[in-house]
Amino acid sequence: METKDDNLSAMCKPAVGEAGRTGDWRDATPVIDPTKCIASVKNRPACYLCWLYCPEGIVTAAVPVKIDLDYCKGCGICAEECPSKAITMVMHEEAVK
Amino acid sequence: MYEVIWHGRGGQGVVIAAQILAEAAYLQGFKGVTSAPTFGPERRGAPLTASTRISDAPIRTFSQIEKADIAVVLDPSLFGVIDIVGSLKPKGWLIVNTLKKADEVDIHGCFNIAAADAAAIAIRFHLLKEGAPMVNTPMLGVLSRATGLVSRESLEKGLKWKLSGGASATNIAALRAAYEEASIRNHA
Amino acid sequence: MSNVQIITGNSAAAYGAKLAKVQVVSAYPITPSTSVTETIANWVERGELKAEYVRVESEHSVMTVCISASTVGARVFTSTSSHGLLYMHEQLHWAAGSRLPIVMCCINRGVGAPWSIFNDQQDSISQRDTGWIQIYCRDNQEILDSVIQAYRIAEEVYCPIMVCYDGFVLSHTMMPVDIPDADQVCQFLPPYKPHTILCPEDPRNINPVIFPWQRRDAEGVLRDGYMDMRWKLQHALEESRDVIVRTSRDYAELFGREHGGLLWSYRTDDAEVLIAGMGSIATEATTAADLLREQGIRAGVVGVRVYRPFPRAEVREAFRKAPAIVVFEKNISYGYEGALCADIKAALYGTGIDAPVHNFIAGLGGRDVKAGELADAVRSSLTAITAGKREQQTWLNCVTE
Repeated sequence: METKDDNLSAMCKPAVGEAGRTGDWRDATPVIDPTKCIASVKNRPACYLCWLYCPEGIVTAAVPVKIDLDYCKGCGICAEECPSKAITMVMHEEAVK
Repeated sequence: MYEVIWHGRGGQGVVIAAQILAEAAYLQGFKGVTSAPTFGPERRGAPLTASTRISDAPIRTFSQIEKADIAVVLDPSLFGVIDIVGSLKPKGWLIVNTLKKADEVDIHGCFNIAAADAAAIAIRFHLLKEGAPMVNTPMLGVLSRATGLVSRESLEKGLKWKLSGGASATNIAALRAAYEEASIRNHA
Repeated sequence: MSNVQIITGNSAAAYGAKLAKVQVVSAYPITPSTSVTETIANWVERGELKAEYVRVESEHSVMTVCISASTVGARVFTSTSSHGLLYMHEQLHWAAGSRLPIVMCCINRGVGAPWSIFNDQQDSISQRDTGWIQIYCRDNQEILDSVIQAYRIAEEVYCPIMVCYDGFVLSHTMMPVDIPDADQVCQFLPPYKPHTILCPEDPRNINPVIFPWQRRDAEGVLRDGYMDMRWKLQHALEESRDVIVRTSRDYAELFGREHGGLLWSYRTDDAEVLIAGMGSIATEATTAADLLREQGIRAGVVGVRVYRPFPRAEVREAFRKAPAIVVFEKNISYGYEGALCADIKAALYGTGIDAPVHNFIAGLGGRDVKAGELADAVRSSLTAITAGKREQQTWLNCVTE
């Protein structure tokens, strides 16, 4: 049987962590306040602008909204876009505490 | 030829540190100096290395450093991410920015260790960029004290060459403080 | 009074252009060439360089701007890499065909697909037949000096010049570079005199359709056909060899640095094996030659500095006594061999030089090339030659299963 060369042309598959654990690039960490987050407050799928704008695709549009900190680079776009100011960027050390 | 490898993250001044060391070495009389970043994209926060080569004769090699005489670690969080000790020659120098004294650093092997709390020194001398301490200049002071490869005076000259008046004064003060405060542990 | 600074290859190129007092710069920045024109743009903005910086939407337009500006008598400069250079391809032919002394730095980078931002020389080698003179630099000092020399050569022979140097390896590595005195550069480099002066009182149609045959124009002047003009371009490049060598010598007299004209050599006198290469891999090879000599193998290096025009006579002379030749290069002419190796072999044809020639393709897409690896490769070649293998193509550090 003829074997297929997986490397005949370059490609990669959409996969979590294709570029490594980029979460350790982060200085500031997004922290969501559920008392302000529209989805949490309404207790149903809503808003999700953070999910829409996240350039890394690591926000899960659920109730409550989840951010995968293993891969979040801390760019702060979600905090900037959040219409209810539910997301704050806190410096690394404080977030760990 | 002496080979120095700098470990840090994008935005910490890794490349500049490699460059200032090269310039200071040249001012000290080394005819051959090169400094280079890791070749590739520049990404804030991503682990990166830079290198400095120092030699009496002009340098005719541009390849990546395999094993360094001196490894400087600007960001101690990198120990869990990349094999820093593996990039070091036996009896080389591991120079670390850490809260600990050299004797307390929990890394062991056939190399010397120099340590200083470069972040605290940077904050003390207001060496801040976008709120983060710039630990690169203090680490140059630690390197000088530990290895003697490039003198503190030459580094000060290098800083003056590179930076404007006000910036060079604070950087020199931080360099001197780190030079004084560095702790050293020689290998067994 | 020397003015040494520790700078990148890209800075060195920018200084070269500044000292040559370029008047028009156009660029569409691309990695790893970006900081060349970034630096120049900064100087123009601060008034340190009196030049027009033209921002455009593509590399194709960059070369169009360069062609237009050079046509009306401005000294022009640009720099690019890889896909940027390839996107210029059509205009590269126009620049050479118009006999314009444009100087461009090509900061060598691999070519997609797949994407690579890293170094090899496939980009400029694939532009070999556009009629541009190509110089390959071995360190940052040579980059600066070559840009200045390039203007004098180009403006004397009316051919464009590509000053090529390895992306990242030289473009982003800092090393000591002596920056020449501006007045001395002025003394070395006379003002640019365009071959045709354009003015409204004496209008010209530049580059009209040319027929296969010669013809008399309205004023009765006999005008060349297409092929006759092609021969003139070929002749100009062939003749430029002497100008390149003379320029290099004159530069050395004034500035004390001689980069070898068309070709340079290192420890070749008693060599039992000669390593050939272009650019930084040839520099690395000099370190490999030192290593080999420590191990008892008398190795030398021949660095090809000018690839077009190809230094036919100098190559013959350099390899006249070589018992073995090993060519390292960062390009591949698919379906054949490395471009430099093929050209060296062709130059040796019919000369009685009968040395085995081994070809190593190395460092494609930025794969690191260490002096020790080059030395190992040369040793393996010598073993194969002893076993009777006269020709061999090897991909260094490459999965070839």
